[in-house]
Amino acid sequence: MTRYIIRRLLWGVVLLIIVVALLFVMFRVLPTADPAKLRAGRLQSPKIIAEIRHTYGLDKSLAAQFWLYLKNLILHFDLGFSFYSGAPVKELIFNRLPPTLSLVMGGAIVWVVTGVGVGIVSARRAGSRLDRASMGSALVLVSAPEYWLGLIILYVFASDIGQVRIFPGAGSYAGLTSEPVKWFESLILPWLVVAAGTAAIYARLIRGSLIETMGEDYIRTARAKGLSERRVVLRHGLRSAINPIVTILGLDIGVLLGSSVLVETVFNIPGIGRLNYTAITHADFPIVEGTVLVAALFIIVANIIVDIAYAFLDPRVRYS
Amino acid sequence: MSTAEALLRVEDLRVEFFTEDGVVHAVDGISYEVDRGRTLGIVGESGSGKTVSSLTTLGLTRSQGARVSGRILFEGRDLVALSEAELRAIRGNDIAMIFQDPLSSLHPFFKVGVQLIEALRVHRDISKAQARARAVELLELVGIPDPASRVDAYPHEFSGGMRQRAMIAMALSNEPKLLIADEPTTALDVTVQAQILALLERLQRELGMAIVMITHDLGVVAEMADDIAVMYAGRIVERASAANLFDGPEHPYTWGLLKSIPALGRSREEDLVPIPGMPPSLIQRPSGCHFHPRCPYAQPSHAQIDPQLDPVADRPGHHVACLLEVDTRRRLWAQLRAGQLPEQALAAVGVPPEQEPV
Repeated sequence: MTRYIIRRLLWGVVLLIIVVALLFVMFRVLPTADPAKLRAGRLQSPKIIAEIRHTYGLDKSLAAQFWLYLKNLILHFDLGFSFYSGAPVKELIFNRLPPTLSLVMGGAIVWVVTGVGVGIVSARRAGSRLDRASMGSALVLVSAPEYWLGLIILYVFASDIGQVRIFPGAGSYAGLTSEPVKWFESLILPWLVVAAGTAAIYARLIRGSLIETMGEDYIRTARAKGLSERRVVLRHGLRSAINPIVTILGLDIGVLLGSSVLVETVFNIPGIGRLNYTAITHADFPIVEGTVLVAALFIIVANIIVDIAYAFLDPRVRYS
Repeated sequence: MSTAEALLRVEDLRVEFFTEDGVVHAVDGISYEVDRGRTLGIVGESGSGKTVSSLTTLGLTRSQGARVSGRILFEGRDLVALSEAELRAIRGNDIAMIFQDPLSSLHPFFKVGVQLIEALRVHRDISKAQARARAVELLELVGIPDPASRVDAYPHEFSGGMRQRAMIAMALSNEPKLLIADEPTTALDVTVQAQILALLERLQRELGMAIVMITHDLGVVAEMADDIAVMYAGRIVERASAANLFDGPEHPYTWGLLKSIPALGRSREEDLVPIPGMPPSLIQRPSGCHFHPRCPYAQPSHAQIDPQLDPVADRPGHHVACLLEVDTRRRLWAQLRAGQLPEQALAAVGVPPEQEPV
């Protein structure tokens, strides 16, 4: 098991280096734009551009540049400086991490609880009106794009522009440590929007896998023991049915941490997604490069956690 | 079979399932009794209703939307009429069940010990530590070596025979008065089968429980059963003591079962005779005697008349549902026992062909 984890971690590192190389090629080798010219901004003169080229090592060979980039990245997690503000990208990203983490983790709790809950009820009453209604709404929610759902929910519930003004709307985000109550209130609507589609997918998944599990022989055994139906479903049934959820939960969180841009933009949450969005509009490539790298890191780490979690979830799986 | 103190008495039990294709008559009016400490073998092909009838005893067909009628009297209480909560108190406590495939019947994600402890604690108010100690004892009782460490193993770490032993340990955890064993040896190697049967016999002696042994294998019931009920298409077609049944089977279906299994005593020259055809659909059952389409001795009238399970004249406790005359049956079986094929037996006995009914 330990050997498996080490091997998995090493693979993660290799994967990250490949991502870094790809990003390097995309942003520095391909003729997207001359970074030095972009950095120079309005004060473009050949002398300034040459100076910038020298300061940032852009006049060295590509191999030397890549080596320098990789070295700084690994030793100092140095992601360079923003073209736009000149601030270090690392700092910008770290500052934007808490809102994104708040959004994604809170959203994950909402979608797991509602998805699994609705899935169980639907599975136990498969074919009933309740089941058909919830699976129908699930289909709608899966199909609804986040930005659309976000705007609709703001239009209905936001305290400034809503029809029923109950929750704070866009741009109300406050830090968890400074104003916890406001933090919570401001995230209610974003959590719902982030969770909606995924909760719907989870509900359908749990429903299917629980229906299948409840037909297993060991469920019959559990009933024959004299256990209550509640215990049969929640302990014996759900224990097996939950596995596919755990598998995708890690990936969903990892992916969303790197791609929360739509919801963050709609609700004006100062997270990584919006940092990225603003950077793209300003052609601020170091930030784009940094956020993409961080997103890749999230996804790779999530993958490793899922693989390891799986061995603990299913005792029959023992990697060697 | 004594009537007064029977541990389990099933009276005219019917179980129907409503499906899109129609009503499945899985169990169609069966009656039997099991006395304390005795073993009843229920024999039949897949789909004859033997498993459904025993699952119904535990109330386990309710959740599948079955309609159950008749009575299942256990120590005088009618299980069919009990509430789900009352039934739960009996399940796994007074009546326990073991199943065909021990691998799929144990939860793959829980340790064997955890599953045993759960079975104990659901019916008894004991601490986890006490339950664990008892679980180790139970594993030892069913002959699992090194039970103190095996109690923490997962089912997939056990061999097939060990898994069935663990299932038996789980079933015995609350010292049931009745153990229903549904094809307990079918999924196991032949050598392991014998061990499991011997184990069940030993446990029955030690604990004094009654056993209902469900199987398609007459060899299994020959070893264990005191009484045997042969089921076909949801009904009991023959019921007798094991001695009587093997000595003088009365139903052509029982003959077919006996002639289609190899036996050590029989000559190797003698061919096994399979029963022709397939078990009938329980939705569209054959008219008259349900066995008539597959019966080599069926007469045209047998497609119209539905035989009842009647006592056999000179054999107390022996019942059969067959439309053939008792003399004809006995002469046919004498021929078959001598190694004749069904056609030869028919020719030798000379069953008079009936006129087609008008």
